[in-house]
Amino acid sequence: MEHRIETGADALYMDERDHVATALRDMQAGESIHYRNAAGLQMITLAEPIPFGHKVAVADIAFGQDVRKYGEVIGRAVNSIALGCHVHVHNIEGIRGRGDLGTKEAAQ
Amino acid sequence: MSRMVMAYERPNGEIGIRNHLLIIPTVICSNQVCSRIMQMVPGTVAIPHQHGCSQIGADKTRTFEVLAGTGKNPNVGAVIIISLGCEVVDPIALAEEIRKTGKPVEVFDIQSIGGSVKAIAYGTELAKRMMAELEKQEKVPVPLNKLKVAVKCGGSDATSGLASNPALGAAADSLIAEGGSIVIGETTEIIGAEHLLAERCVTSEISDRLYYMVSRFDKEVERMGADMRGGNPSPGNIAGGLSTIEEKSLGCISKCGKAPIKGVIEYAESIPEHGLYFMDSPGNDIECVSGMAAGGAHIVCFTTGRGTPTGAAVVPVIKITGNKMTFQKMEDNMDVDVSDMLDGTASLERAGERVWQEIVEVAEGKWTKAEVLGHQEFSINRIGPSL
Repeated sequence: MEHRIETGADALYMDERDHVATALRDMQAGESIHYRNAAGLQMITLAEPIPFGHKVAVADIAFGQDVRKYGEVIGRAVNSIALGCHVHVHNIEGIRGRGDLGTKEAAQ
Repeated sequence: MSRMVMAYERPNGEIGIRNHLLIIPTVICSNQVCSRIMQMVPGTVAIPHQHGCSQIGADKTRTFEVLAGTGKNPNVGAVIIISLGCEVVDPIALAEEIRKTGKPVEVFDIQSIGGSVKAIAYGTELAKRMMAELEKQEKVPVPLNKLKVAVKCGGSDATSGLASNPALGAAADSLIAEGGSIVIGETTEIIGAEHLLAERCVTSEISDRLYYMVSRFDKEVERMGADMRGGNPSPGNIAGGLSTIEEKSLGCISKCGKAPIKGVIEYAESIPEHGLYFMDSPGNDIECVSGMAAGGAHIVCFTTGRGTPTGAAVVPVIKITGNKMTFQKMEDNMDVDVSDMLDGTASLERAGERVWQEIVEVAEGKWTKAEVLGHQEFSINRIGPSL
């Protein structure tokens, strides 16, 4: 992973396979913000406020789809997530470290 | 030819960047006596802990190894071991193990000496004499390639994976290029990113061992029947924007740089020279740092986004943040600010150089913020029940 951050973006996009960019400042719903990918500076409009350090969807993500950041899978969507929406614990879940899933299966 | 720095040379050829007189309680029952002696003799370091009694098997061995490793740490110049007299950690065996390094080790027990007051008086006299000897030792030029640096992150937020961890990784690569050692740990915090580290292991046996250590943790989580989320990532990690353990792990691993992984070692096991190693250890900050110090690390480089005051008993802890707000709010705890990476005004190389410079200065004696504030955290990882 090439780690290169250039000036002039509001959110950081780490890898061409990613579905999310990370907010570099607190951003408001309705704001048009920029992130940079291989093709250059991209603009999207935020559907929701995105706090500093949190993730915004830069593509539509389907229910059940793997979600990528750093080019790698960080979890799975538990709802469908539209471009410009906040991506966090309310709409993605971890796939690893899920001792609770075995417990639920055992209870059923 | 490696760059030279001024540090202490130990009888076994290791280098020490500090010269502590360490006071080790073999058991929780000796804590108060050890702490009192530390108060009486400035410059000594005591490591009170909760263990040493009612332990068996691998759990008992782990406590012994962490205490022995902390005593053997090359930043320690001399050791006093204080036993109660009836615990499971054998004080004589502990003294013998630490003496293998050639450093002076004294040992006594509270029951034989006749109680706390006499033990404190005896220990204080002993500590004064040993401190006077330690102070006669002078620094000499030693090669920087003998330096072992541990990399750790704690109180992470989204800036950790984007700025402070990559910056520390660049500094780690500088130490490896110099011929030194880097150790990375936190088995729980490579879950979801272990494949990226495994493909850097120099043999398939080493990558198999790495996968085995992760699966051991996976099985523990399954046994607990819980979702890791909430414990790790922690509530603070989640507030900082990290959603899953996979996301946290993928941000974590960049702190060890890009070198091949030459070996995988157990918690508190001695860190080999020259190259990058992985130590099986929990993500828990103090348990992990204590295990790395027991493995012989000279310095811990600790990245944080949320901010933490963490220090360690026998090793300087350099705190690095990529979060500007945290640096400003907690400047008395933070050593290096690399937040200018995030707006693109500082390159990864420049931020890495800043961290590397700090490592060299701390190796030559500069105090970290944690040392200035007297942080001496110590905690032993447990793997068994109290009997």
